[in-house]
Amino acid sequence: MDKLPRWADVVLVPLICLIIAFAFCGILIAAIGQSPLQAIWIMIDGSFGTTNGLGYTLYYATNFIFTGLAVSIAFQASLFNIGGEGQATLGGLGVALSCLLIPWPHWSLALLGSLAAGAAFGAAWGFLPAWLQAKRGSHIVITTMMFNFIAYALMNYVLVNLLRPMGSMDPASARFDKAYNLPKLGDILGLVGIPFSNRNPANISFVIAIALAVGVWALIWHTRLGYALRAFGKQEKAALYAGIDPVKITIYALLLSGGISGLMAVNAVQGAAHRLVLNSVEGAGFIGIAVALMGRNHPFGIVIASILFGFLYQGGSQLAMGTTIPREVIIVLQALVILFTGALPYMVQKPLEHLFAKRGGAK
Amino acid sequence: MDLASFLQILDSTIRLATPLLFACLAGLYSERAGVFDIGLEGKMLVAAFAAAAASYGSGNVWVGVLAGIGAALMFAAIHGLASITFRGNQLISGVAVNFLASGLTVVLGASWFQLGGQTPALVDGMRFAEITLPFAAPANESGDLGLLGGIYSQVLSGHSILVYVALACVPLTWWVLYRTRFGLRLRAVGENPAAVDTAGVSVTGLRYAAVGITGVLCGLAGAYMSMGLSAGFLREMTAGRGYIALAALIFAKWRPWYALMACLLFGLLDAIAIRFQNIDIGVLVIPVQFTQALPYILTVIILAGFVGKAIPPRAGGEAYVKER
Repeated sequence: MDKLPRWADVVLVPLICLIIAFAFCGILIAAIGQSPLQAIWIMIDGSFGTTNGLGYTLYYATNFIFTGLAVSIAFQASLFNIGGEGQATLGGLGVALSCLLIPWPHWSLALLGSLAAGAAFGAAWGFLPAWLQAKRGSHIVITTMMFNFIAYALMNYVLVNLLRPMGSMDPASARFDKAYNLPKLGDILGLVGIPFSNRNPANISFVIAIALAVGVWALIWHTRLGYALRAFGKQEKAALYAGIDPVKITIYALLLSGGISGLMAVNAVQGAAHRLVLNSVEGAGFIGIAVALMGRNHPFGIVIASILFGFLYQGGSQLAMGTTIPREVIIVLQALVILFTGALPYMVQKPLEHLFAKRGGAK
Repeated sequence: MDLASFLQILDSTIRLATPLLFACLAGLYSERAGVFDIGLEGKMLVAAFAAAAASYGSGNVWVGVLAGIGAALMFAAIHGLASITFRGNQLISGVAVNFLASGLTVVLGASWFQLGGQTPALVDGMRFAEITLPFAAPANESGDLGLLGGIYSQVLSGHSILVYVALACVPLTWWVLYRTRFGLRLRAVGENPAAVDTAGVSVTGLRYAAVGITGVLCGLAGAYMSMGLSAGFLREMTAGRGYIALAALIFAKWRPWYALMACLLFGLLDAIAIRFQNIDIGVLVIPVQFTQALPYILTVIILAGFVGKAIPPRAGGEAYVKER
């Protein structure tokens, strides 16, 4: 069978999957008696129409870049880390402890502390499933999934019993010192004279996320470790023969993946909420799966897919405000994107291959 | 703790174990046939919604059951299509199914009933009636039944029909798996599909049959959730039970009788977590969160092979490609 040209594989396949998913959602919206065209317009206007809307879009996108990169690093080693949710939850705990317990003299140092603590806690939560997979053969999908639930229970315990301020009923930590608030994206753009709204949670973490995407790209394709990850993912036996230790690679992959998931908390916990709440991740760990699949496992694709999902999330909340269409329409869309790009790739790919083969034959 | 509250805990154990048991057996068929299914949660959720909606619309609980089974079958068909016909990634397909259910139930529910995603409360006739077993004392006259009488009258009696169906499914599943030709082939297709294919039996057909049974059982699990355990559908009402069922399946090492034990154990933990908040055992206080997380922790320990190794069906998770 002829393979697809690279541009078709990278651009056309995800695009067609996206169009199918959008079409399904359009039908769904029409079926509940609403106008799909009006819905998409509200979404676009709400997420790109103003710099404030754009700020929200980029804030959500930042979360998804972190979790998407996390999923993709594990994918490179053919490991499906479904535990981004739990790892980011623990990352939140790390960030909160760093901000609450250590008297940082300046926000920039607090940021460094949060980056280190978030990554360390997230990586720690990824370590045990990785070790169990490598040493004991426990299926990593099941263990990381179980660790998501254990993380939720742990967080519930920590917030209710340990971090909750006296007299508060909310299962949430105290607010962090205002001095640790991260610079808003609006402030940063203001420095170079670009007017950008300040009333949204987008912050410096977006820049960190983009830098991290470049870093992951360099790591995967330009370092020994990246090579080992890819080799292990492509052919485990051959990698073993080439002297790559499967135990080490599995653990490295999950430490990296969990650590990057944990970094998400810098954006969501320190950057936006300024305190630790029970569900600080809000499903971003799972969206990471959709983003990694949609972005074809490439950091550049992941950034694009994250902005797309950021648009969907911001657009979805606009939809809920402006119409009677529930924002859960976005979850349906997300499910369809995962289904078509991740589980049914052959359904789109095979007919396309036929098409390209025919065209090639006609020449 | 007195006898009455002990019996009450056992009673709610049975109730809470029922959806787990249906879902666990559902997963057992699918995974024994070599199709991993982490979409049990989604199938239960969509079935719970469809069951409650149809039951409310028709006023008949059985119409609800059929609708629940139908909805779960449709979702099972998506999973089958992705993982059998199109040879996609079964785990990713399961994740997609879960999200699809979670989004679709709220979108449809909110626009049909205008209650923010839940269905109106179901009244008598729209939900399952409780069955009193023969010779069982009614709930209000349980003065001095003793332990055995109490267990019979209060724990075993007084549940809806689906509870007994779920319990009956355990020996039935055992019989189907180990005593019928279909069961032998089903197990074979999960271990070595090539051998089954060589014998001239359709791997695809068997796997679709297994996924279909999974759909029916998930449908019953969901129907029990919204029409037995509670009176109506609430958003995200399955609350991770599909994952607990998956954990129970691993805990039971993919065997039906052990599945019953595992589901009863996890049901008991759930009942204890609901009844007592934090448990003071003198030396230390066990927080309720620990009880809630215990099924997952136990499953990780079992998976790690520290207490007997859990080995999944060998061909699980792989699509079968006929050699050409």
